[in-house]
Amino acid sequence: MADLTRRQFLKVTGATLVGSSLALMGFSPTPALAEVRQFKLARATETRNTCPYCSVACGVLMYSLGDGAKNAQPSIFHIEGDPDHPVNRGTLCPKGAALVDFIHSPNRLQHPEYRAPGSDTWQRISWDDALERIAKLMKADRDANFVEKTADGRTVNRWLTTGMLAASASSNEVGYLTHKVARSLGLLAFDNQARV
Amino acid sequence: MTLQSLDIVRRSATTTPSPRARGAHTGEVAKLIDVSKCIGCKACQVACMEWNDLRDEIGTCSGHYDNPADLSAQSWTLMRFTEYENPDSGHLEWLIRKDGCMHCAHPGCLEACPSPGAIVKYANGIVDFHEEHCIGCGYCITGCPFNIPRISRKDGKAYKCTLCSDRVAVGLEPACVKTCPTGAIVFGSKDDMKQHAAERIEDLKSRGFANAGLYDPAGVGGTHVMYVLHHADQPQLYANLPAQPKIGAMVGLWKGAAKPVALLAMAATILAGFLHYIGIGPNETDERDEEAARRELEKPS
Repeated sequence: MADLTRRQFLKVTGATLVGSSLALMGFSPTPALAEVRQFKLARATETRNTCPYCSVACGVLMYSLGDGAKNAQPSIFHIEGDPDHPVNRGTLCPKGAALVDFIHSPNRLQHPEYRAPGSDTWQRISWDDALERIAKLMKADRDANFVEKTADGRTVNRWLTTGMLAASASSNEVGYLTHKVARSLGLLAFDNQARV
Repeated sequence: MTLQSLDIVRRSATTTPSPRARGAHTGEVAKLIDVSKCIGCKACQVACMEWNDLRDEIGTCSGHYDNPADLSAQSWTLMRFTEYENPDSGHLEWLIRKDGCMHCAHPGCLEACPSPGAIVKYANGIVDFHEEHCIGCGYCITGCPFNIPRISRKDGKAYKCTLCSDRVAVGLEPACVKTCPTGAIVFGSKDDMKQHAAERIEDLKSRGFANAGLYDPAGVGGTHVMYVLHHADQPQLYANLPAQPKIGAMVGLWKGAAKPVALLAMAATILAGFLHYIGIGPNETDERDEEAARRELEKPS
């Protein structure tokens, strides 16, 4: 390198300048930076409820968009078990753990529907119509089939031709009332959250 | 970016350790899966998908209880079912193992990953993928002794269980742990989980499982997802859980010996070229060379 010419000296100087400039402009290894995904529940509204599926009635926490402000329309985006609920203490079965998709399912039944005998289509009816029809049918069936006494004269007061199969996100108190209503009618076939 | 970045202890394709101002002074975290308590309900699979906003495609029945049939970019955990006829007792045993990332202390995925910062290990022991740095090469799959990461067909990046790093970062347990109805999955500091496991193993031994034990394989430096197995002497019974998981020899060769040698060779080539150019310069032709070339062309062949 003793016989470095003027031109060669300029080349080396130029290359060094370009290299150091590139490093300064950001073409150098990045520092170790990374963060975890943002915690998605931080300011969501938390609402307690009961799982609507089975009679175990696990407590759930529902998280919805917005902080309850007047102009925010809440929509549930996450559900997990309620750790303070004595039944499940935060746990949920696979059905309960998937509740958020049940809420937003396009197949979810949101109002009473009626299918006439022989028809293949469901039609929407009002709650009043539905309750009136159910009450009338129940009364007719109970009047026809209620068993007050057995053949040997023992009082049983039972109604075996109709059953109640239902589920809801109801509380213990609602379950008590449901039980009283169904049993006082003489219903024996009975499965819902008030069962246990 | 954030202070969280100070909690990184290792980073893929980075030889110099990141500066670390803080440590996990309260110990590393761990998830303990007690295989003997699992009923295979798959609530953990559902809770994982729900929390991480994943929805796998609806598949087809593959003839066994594993559903979906394999882990995927949208299914980060999976119950693997094995029917085992115990030759000693003659009993049919239904062994159910929750498969997913083991969060190794020496992660093979991180070892193999060529993209800086795509895989990081936090001070609490969680191994996390950062998809924005992922180049989708799939080396993490080759490097993983448990065959866990999967490349998404939608964005070409690798995905796996994060141990709910976003929940753990704010002091919560992972979603699968919280939902488990039988308490087969528990979460806490690694020391506490080992103690809990010891109690479970003692109980299992008293119930006739003489070989019950903890699965915390030393070959990968221990894991932050551990199993209590009733047949700890034969982990391969549980849907081929490796008895002695190790990072593949090729990963060590490429990332250990070959990489610095190759880098040195590349640097030497560039340096030699540069010095040659400066010192000797490019080939130049003068009038005599041009004349010789012309004669060469005009010569009848």
